[in-house]
Amino acid sequence: MSRRLPKGGRLIDRSKSLGFSFNGKEMRGYAGDTLASALLAEGQVLMGRSFKHHRPRGIVASGPEEPNALMGLGRDGTFEPNARATTTELFQGLEARSQNHWPSLENDFGAISSMLSRFLPSGFYYKTFLWPRAFWKHVYEPAIRLSAGLGKPPMRRDTDHYEHFNITIDVLVIGGGISGLAAASAAAESGADVLLVEQDPAWGGRAPVDGARIDGMSAEEWIGSTLQSLQSMPNVRMRTRTTGSGIHDHGYVLLHERLTDHAPEHSVPRHRLWKVRAGQVVAATGAIERPLSFAGNDRPGCMLASAVRDYVVNYGVAPGERTVILTNNDDAYRTALTLREAGLGVSAVLDTRQQATGPLAAAARDAGLNVRPGCGIAGIVGRNRVDGVQVCRQDSDGEVIDVIQADCVAMSGGWSPATHVWCHAGGKLSWNDEAAHFAPDPARPPTGVDGMAMMQVAGSASGAIHSGTALESAHAAGVLAGKALGESRGRKAGRAPAGEDEGHQPMEPVWLVPARAPYAKRAKSWLDFQNDVKVSDIELAAREGYESVEHAKRYTTLGMATDQGKLSNINGLAILSRELGAPIEEVGTTTFRPPYVPVTMGAIAGEARGELFQPVRKTPIHEWHEANGAHWEPVGHWRRPYAFPVQGESVHDAVKREVLATRSGVGLLDASTLGKLVVKGPDAARFLDMLYTNMMSTLKPGKCRYGLMCSENGFLVDDGVVARLDGDTWLCHTTSGGADRIHASMEEWLQTEWWDWKVYVANVTEQFAQIGVAGPRARDLLNELGPSMDLGREALSFMAWTDGALGNVPVRVFRISFSGELSFEIAAPAGQARALWDRLLEAGRPLGMTPYGTEALHVMRAEKGFIMIGDETDGTVTPQDLGLHWAISKRKDDFLGKRAQEREHMTDPLRWRLVGLETLDGSVLPDGAYATDEGVNANGQQKTQGRVTSTYYSPTLDRGIAMGLVERGPDRMGEILEFPVIDGEPVRARIVNPVFHDPDGEKQNA
Amino acid sequence: MLILTCPYCGIRCDETELAAGGEAHLKRFGPGSSDEEFEGYLFMRANPKGVHFERWRHAYGCGKWFHAARNTATLEVYGTYPAQVHEPPQEVLDAISTRVPGWRWKDVS
Ligand SMILES: [Zn+2]
Repeated sequence: MSRRLPKGGRLIDRSKSLGFSFNGKEMRGYAGDTLASALLAEGQVLMGRSFKHHRPRGIVASGPEEPNALMGLGRDGTFEPNARATTTELFQGLEARSQNHWPSLENDFGAISSMLSRFLPSGFYYKTFLWPRAFWKHVYEPAIRLSAGLGKPPMRRDTDHYEHFNITIDVLVIGGGISGLAAASAAAESGADVLLVEQDPAWGGRAPVDGARIDGMSAEEWIGSTLQSLQSMPNVRMRTRTTGSGIHDHGYVLLHERLTDHAPEHSVPRHRLWKVRAGQVVAATGAIERPLSFAGNDRPGCMLASAVRDYVVNYGVAPGERTVILTNNDDAYRTALTLREAGLGVSAVLDTRQQATGPLAAAARDAGLNVRPGCGIAGIVGRNRVDGVQVCRQDSDGEVIDVIQADCVAMSGGWSPATHVWCHAGGKLSWNDEAAHFAPDPARPPTGVDGMAMMQVAGSASGAIHSGTALESAHAAGVLAGKALGESRGRKAGRAPAGEDEGHQPMEPVWLVPARAPYAKRAKSWLDFQNDVKVSDIELAAREGYESVEHAKRYTTLGMATDQGKLSNINGLAILSRELGAPIEEVGTTTFRPPYVPVTMGAIAGEARGELFQPVRKTPIHEWHEANGAHWEPVGHWRRPYAFPVQGESVHDAVKREVLATRSGVGLLDASTLGKLVVKGPDAARFLDMLYTNMMSTLKPGKCRYGLMCSENGFLVDDGVVARLDGDTWLCHTTSGGADRIHASMEEWLQTEWWDWKVYVANVTEQFAQIGVAGPRARDLLNELGPSMDLGREALSFMAWTDGALGNVPVRVFRISFSGELSFEIAAPAGQARALWDRLLEAGRPLGMTPYGTEALHVMRAEKGFIMIGDETDGTVTPQDLGLHWAISKRKDDFLGKRAQEREHMTDPLRWRLVGLETLDGSVLPDGAYATDEGVNANGQQKTQGRVTSTYYSPTLDRGIAMGLVERGPDRMGEILEFPVIDGEPVRARIVNPVFHDPDGEKQNA
Repeated sequence: MLILTCPYCGIRCDETELAAGGEAHLKRFGPGSSDEEFEGYLFMRANPKGVHFERWRHAYGCGKWFHAARNTATLEVYGTYPAQVHEPPQEVLDAISTRVPGWRWKDVS
């Protein structure tokens, strides 16, 4: 049973008791506790159930590498799943719940599936896919979905807030242990601006627990004095609770700072994402202890030896009363000695090495501990937790030579440098046989913009796991980082701090305990606790041919859980290498990817949520729409009124009313989102002739022309009316969503292909509002406003424009029509557009004038057979497909898309081409519906011969109308096609001319 | 998240300020070109591990297009220069040669 010790705990404040709850049960801990230490102090060893087999699991680690103790924290708007208990600081009122069990942690139904575990081998998911499809859909998937998974996603909107920081810094030091402190000091002393971050709430890392001595001081004293000196330097900034999450190109680093997780009563942002540009990054990220693989190593009570030590020293918590140490190195003896000093039982120190000769082993023997070299663990006694340990010879197949009573196993398989951030940016690793770990290869560092190393590695992260060498390497890393910025700062770092180490006996790699463990034991020796991957799973993957480490990883899911294999990586590689008979360095590691530990979605979003997620573009008339009940439609970043339903009216009825009112009287449209690009210069005519398929150079000033733009691929990308303003100035209208894109494309051609042409382009979309006035009474309405110019049929003919004033507002009036009615589009300066709109409304009242939205606009253009970019086009449609041959100049040598349109496929007579579609029953065809054809294609699918591109109820015709692309469509007028629909009989439609309304265009010429 | 210096305004641009434009120094082929020439212009792109020439636009800055010579493996940037040229300037070629002796990119070396 774990419990709180009567004294000790360097990080807790016993005068501050805090209440919290676990699975609804009230518990107490101290300020400075983590949730993990507080739970252990309350005797809670069982923390959750494993992902696949629902095995009971307890705490393994004391830091972010923890695979098992994942909790759901908080409730409602502050609920967060999958929080690691080991990095969750305790606060008054914290609510925690364990995960992945039903109905309760102690009695879990899913645990039954662990009895079926031999039916869940590695690659289970892939293999299952091969079974009959119906089985997968109805049997396996529902069962797996029920039983798999970690925490549940929150159901409420997050009530916390988050923010982003952007910062540029000379040197960023990641990790605030003694190595990080030494590196930061060296870099700062050489004159660099330094940012030093530490993931834990406290500085100093492991050194105080491990009892290092530095410069003749205790680790704690040295840390205190070094912090003081760093804090006094104006060029040093320091942050705790801040994790180096990912290192990216050219010194771009993401840091994840937790500001109020430990103190939710504060109103500052909960998390902060730092976007750092660092000249040099120093990784002082430490090392992570490895578990050992023995049968039952996942039983609650089996922990990393360093974690056992941490709980005793940092939190005054005993993980167990009687601990068995299992180790292949000297470091775990520190745990034995620490436990002994705290008055706790150490049943035995099982050392897999044949001899235990180091000074620490000697100290353990001197303290009266039972050191047993050459021994290992054959199995664990106990179901839901450790009750005893079966001892065997390490060099055996697991014959039990002894059973020891114990409630805790402290295991140490050696230390692996935390090389994740080094690898994120492309740093390479090399294998160190002596220490049996991968360490950063200083000869192959991540490189920066100048091709030189942008990262240094300090302390145990470099493989220097003893404090003396660690501090030397850290100081050197800090000096190098400072130097990389140039000698100009002219300052020199002091000397390296001197760490004092005991001598030590080399570790001996052990990848399986005992060495010749039979299958039954290997199938109970866990590598990846979180994803339930065992030694036998890796062996199976290797036997099935997964020789590449990346393949074996995906096949078995080793290291693919939220802990990203921090504990399992090297152990898994070693098993794979053993099975393949290849050295570990040849098998290699899997790729380390950011983030180092999970980052909250809130931190990633920062302030960009709600209204700030994506700014809404508003036309000058937006507020009127808002006040008049507009039903909105997003168009690019704009919001446009879809329709203006009046009280009690449906949107559909509103559209119908708006269309009929416009066709019979006059309608008013806010067309301000229309793209407006001014193209000007001596070479503007030549430029536009290249951009448009039409001839624009021959357009007369005062006139307009409908133009098409293609990509170099020959496909239609935009359309719009072009007006020639004067000899060398054109105004090009683009689609509402297209202005920025077309403007950028014009700039691209001018800057990168025809840079000697004298042309300027200006995007004036937002400088001018545009108001459409359409309908038989359109001219009457404008004349009500006392125009300064003649708007008569001859004076302003169809496809002409004129400048003037309307209701005292300076305007440019274009006589163009997208509705097929007599129509004027009025451009007015954005600042005066609302006034003009209001005057038009007022003057229009006696005429029954009706504002209309985008849907009425679309319906009316479809009634006229006008195409819409994005409906009739999708990036694979040519102007010729749409019957727009008349808008493609034959007299021009060249224009964008011309060469492509000569390609064979583009002139194929079987291409799908534009037609109108008229349902026989008058119904509205479903959008995107396909017309079926006889037979099947090469994939055995029903052949198709066309599809619907636009489809509407036409109020003018009181029936459904549609446009579509049909194979040889225009040659098949009158033929009937079948369009299958979901849940119903196919709809039959006749191929007709796409112009449904006023085919001779008499109305727009009125 | 690269950093590229805009040769027009001199700003060291964060990649978020830039828009990538693919391979640099393409020659446009229009009407009259052969199918092979046109295919090469429209579709064929180099994808080297090592020295590469790319087009970038300082989209959220001065708006200008420029070229960057950089290494896709080490991420070293050898130089940036205005887009209004048909081939890389000599000083950029020299800068690459000092760092990658014997390099070659398409017809450039
Ligand atoms: Zn610029």
